[in-house]
Amino acid sequence: MRPVNAVIREVAEENPTVRTFRFVPSFDPVPGQYLMVWVRGTDEVPMSFSYQDGITVQSLGEATEALFCLGPGKSVGLRGPLGNGFDLVGDRILLVGGGVGAAPLALLGERAREDGLEVTSLMGFRCSSDLIFRSRFEKMGDLVITTDDGSEGVCGRASAGLERLDPGSYDQIYLCGPEPMMMDVILRCRGFESRIQASINRYIKCGMGICGSCCLDPEGIRVCVEGPVIRADRLLKSEFGRYRRGPGGLKEYYRR
Amino acid sequence: MATLSGAVGGLVLRNPVMLAAGILGTTGSSLRRAARAGAGCVVTKSVGASPREGHPGPVVVQVEGGLINAMGLPNPSYKNFQEEIDLARQGGVPVVASIFGDGPEEFAEVASGLDADCFELNLSCPHAERYGSEIGCEPSNVEDITRAVKKSVDVPVWVKLTPNVADIVSLGKAAQRGGANAVVAINTLKAMAIDVETGRPILGNRFGGLSGPAIKPVAIRCVFDLSAALEVPVIGVGGISSWEDAAEMILAGAQGVQVGTALAGGYGIFGEITAGLERYLVRKGLTLMELRGAARKTP
Repeated sequence: MRPVNAVIREVAEENPTVRTFRFVPSFDPVPGQYLMVWVRGTDEVPMSFSYQDGITVQSLGEATEALFCLGPGKSVGLRGPLGNGFDLVGDRILLVGGGVGAAPLALLGERAREDGLEVTSLMGFRCSSDLIFRSRFEKMGDLVITTDDGSEGVCGRASAGLERLDPGSYDQIYLCGPEPMMMDVILRCRGFESRIQASINRYIKCGMGICGSCCLDPEGIRVCVEGPVIRADRLLKSEFGRYRRGPGGLKEYYRR
Repeated sequence: MATLSGAVGGLVLRNPVMLAAGILGTTGSSLRRAARAGAGCVVTKSVGASPREGHPGPVVVQVEGGLINAMGLPNPSYKNFQEEIDLARQGGVPVVASIFGDGPEEFAEVASGLDADCFELNLSCPHAERYGSEIGCEPSNVEDITRAVKKSVDVPVWVKLTPNVADIVSLGKAAQRGGANAVVAINTLKAMAIDVETGRPILGNRFGGLSGPAIKPVAIRCVFDLSAALEVPVIGVGGISSWEDAAEMILAGAQGVQVGTALAGGYGIFGEITAGLERYLVRKGLTLMELRGAARKTP
């Protein structure tokens, strides 16, 4: 499809570097699906839905900085919903998010509550002022917050909060956050990795499974169409957690 | 039982249906997946002398009958690409390295720096300054570059031609004079799409190249003309998305075919095309060689 013209209806500042943009028209995404957001004159970047009609974005690069310059009434071009979203499984689920990775999980948790599932959330942030979507997660059920500096909730990474819970007791665990954090959580959940679904980040360019820039080694999984949600047992057999590729295909290794 | 195996452009292939350059060819793993899905051989994403990130997005826009892309030759440079070729070779079919450069020396440098089963010279990408069709629309450049690469490697060399010229046959003849083992036709057609809401060109690069079903008739004509005029084989590419399309391209004179945009429908396309071709040959009682160029022999 060509990019659809979407008008920004509302911008909310979630924390100093994270904003939510709500659009007209609305979409009908499966939580975990994404949009290709064309900030005209700058670039086109993938963003997961945080609402039916919205995305929640951290200002990190050229495209997101340009997006942050746009207010209500301005417009962007959108392609989507794209990709393979989260699959709701079972009766009791655990959401584990880190930073702006909380965004697609908030939409997923609300959908799960509508379907009558029991939802527990574990959300990790750097500090209390980074917290986003607290009330959305509180409305769904139990919420454990962790902060790296201890300014709110449990002191430490999201994995420190995992010790307060019994991750093996949930029917399904849903993950989204920085890759080292997600890998850490997956490794602490060995034995039931097939019950973990993670939304991962790769260099998505075409969004239609042909350019090859987002492929995962060694299977060649096309993250833009087969993901961005991929089960952890598949991720454990992949490059995930070790390296990712830059825009030209060069490997960029994670420091461990 | 019809056989699809045979020689194509100096390689021996189990079938003549290949993965086209620029499609799922950045990583060895995606190339190997195409091979395992049934491709007769795989062509890598074009690699050059130094790393490039490519154009800003959008890099692809869907239009009537196909896609316009302006990826901008993103690649990690040949210095970081051998491991991808090595992994791709585990797929069990030949790996063709698509390469680009700004002239004979740079092309030869990239080719000598890689160990591949064949090279495909990208003299036809329509959306990168100093590269591709900017130099490949001039027959003398095509001849010089082909000759320079032929001198520096001892595997087959294919030359991918641009259709964005008045006479593609003169480019094919230039490649043949330079010693090409085959020509590949066609690369994308220069194209553009504009956002009517803002009046802005959609692609980050403003212009791009059109691929997909819309360009198939153009490709058929080019392959028909090239195969009539050249001694070296022609490999047909442009809008092939079914076994009928592949058969049509072979009837026009192609020794092999490449599939690109149709991969948007998944890797299953290789199996669909090869199975369909096999059934077609059996039904017609023809060999692949008898099929090739048969359109020219009709009264």
